[in-house]
Amino acid sequence: MAMNNVFNDAGVPSTVESRVIGVHTNGSQPFRLPWRFTPGKGIIRKITNQVIFYSVLLGLWALLAKLRIWPPYLFPAPWAVAGALWAGVQDHSFLIGIAVTMKRMLIGYSLSVVLGMILGLGVASNKFLEETLGALLVSLQSLPSICWVPLAILWFGLTEKAILFVVLMGCILSVTIAMEDGRKQMPKIYTMAGRNLGAAGFRLFWYVMLPASLPYIVSGLKQGWAFGWRSLIQAEMIFLTIGLGQLLMMGRDLNDMNQVIAVMLMIIGLGYLVNRLVFRTIERTLQSRWGLAPNA
Amino acid sequence: MISNPKFVTCEPSLSTVCRKPVRSASLAASPVIVPIRQVECTTPKIHLQEVSLSYQTDSGSHLLALDRIDLDVRPGEFLCIVGPSGCGKSTLLHLIAGLQKPTSGRIAMDGERVTSPGTDRILIFQEHGLFPWLTVEQNVEFGMKMKGLSKSERRDRTRHYLRLVHLSQFKDSRPHQLSGGMRQRVALARALATEPDVLLMDEPFAALDAQTRDMLHDELEKIWAETGRTIVFVTHNVREAVRLGDRVALMSFRPGRVKKEFVVDLPRPRHLEEVEVARTAREILDHLRDEINKSLEAEYGHEQRI
Repeated sequence: MAMNNVFNDAGVPSTVESRVIGVHTNGSQPFRLPWRFTPGKGIIRKITNQVIFYSVLLGLWALLAKLRIWPPYLFPAPWAVAGALWAGVQDHSFLIGIAVTMKRMLIGYSLSVVLGMILGLGVASNKFLEETLGALLVSLQSLPSICWVPLAILWFGLTEKAILFVVLMGCILSVTIAMEDGRKQMPKIYTMAGRNLGAAGFRLFWYVMLPASLPYIVSGLKQGWAFGWRSLIQAEMIFLTIGLGQLLMMGRDLNDMNQVIAVMLMIIGLGYLVNRLVFRTIERTLQSRWGLAPNA
Repeated sequence: MISNPKFVTCEPSLSTVCRKPVRSASLAASPVIVPIRQVECTTPKIHLQEVSLSYQTDSGSHLLALDRIDLDVRPGEFLCIVGPSGCGKSTLLHLIAGLQKPTSGRIAMDGERVTSPGTDRILIFQEHGLFPWLTVEQNVEFGMKMKGLSKSERRDRTRHYLRLVHLSQFKDSRPHQLSGGMRQRVALARALATEPDVLLMDEPFAALDAQTRDMLHDELEKIWAETGRTIVFVTHNVREAVRLGDRVALMSFRPGRVKKEFVVDLPRPRHLEEVEVARTAREILDHLRDEINKSLEAEYGHEQRI
């Protein structure tokens, strides 16, 4: 009967021909690199907006401090906080605090990423692990990592190990769950192509599965960092060893509100910087390499 | 009459011995006879014997995807496999590539049993087979890197094969920056660069527009003539199969069997629009019709008929 509907002249079932159309479109500009920096009107406008917003915020703060509604030891002025910041930098106590905290974070985070990835891969590729450990991991994530502090102290004492343990517990679940999801969401064709081209075992993981799953796990890595960062500051406040958390508690103990707010600002600033410099860069690089649309 | 193994392996039938001379495409103006592949009665390059594969579906029943397939591919042969969608053509290629294991039966390459993937058989996927995190050059190098070739050799070969597919100046681009046709040419270069004996092509041009496909047919035919590789090419486009293949194997729909084989005895280089190509395609299509009906019924229910 309806021969023309099912076949076109080339003998191809017509469903194929409809698939043919539309594939070709995104290849029209092969040379345009998406990461080229061109400061346009958008960026200038964005910066102007930000400058205005933060000036108003700072002005409001200064005004409230100037009005002396609350005493300065409860509500310090911005210049007093700036002074405390400067003093802390001058006597190196803030710099040392930052260095120690960042070092702990880097060790704890690296450990979490490696272990989390192994764990996530295991859970994703083994049915038994998925049904048992997988469920446990999800339920463990509802436990705030600060809850591990008593256990860590009993196990390790008031040591560096205990702090790292708390950071690890804060990060690792996010990384594991992200890796598990990434491994499952990653298109199977890459693994097939890799095996076909002679990759197997660790090299298949390192050269194919890891880069192929990266776009799917990068948000989990980011979340892991955020959780780990909070866990670390919390742990430092309790353990009272050198670090940003301890500087914060010291401010409280000395009734020095300037230092408290200065340290809080540093914690916010560092978190923002890492997010901006590390994770934004990774995301941007992935987007431009894979040709994914930037989620603005 | 499912297949005729006597013909497939050894019988020096007229069609195999007296293959029409192939004109080298680069010398298209002056027809020069290129002595290609001696047809001998040696062991087949790829040998499939009673290969079956069954899946367990979600409902728990068994689905016989491939049913006792017997197939031989001669060294240097261009074999096309056609069949309706869902007949197991791609699965068959995955089996030959060693990416999947048959439920029963034997697959051998050069007389040796295939048990795992090997770089002597490279599969080219329909699309998305390239690694998006690598540049074109790194993609082509990948198989050689896995093979453990030295950096300088990798670079030389990459340069050679990228030139072969006319993509030298795109070596630093990423796959997403290329058009579909260019991507498939990179995939071809990547496959050739590992210097496999056999190229397995899984509807590699199905997602391309007609002009690009035509051009790639020419290029593939030329590369095949120059390199002497054995090619197993899966497609559901009968005309494409006739355009390219020395032989066309027709597969049936569920269970997948080799229903019939056709020798395409037309001079090369061929063209998709040639009358003889169309006529041969028509002939094969007549045999294919029942299978397509079966596949359409499975897909749309029983209303649709040709």
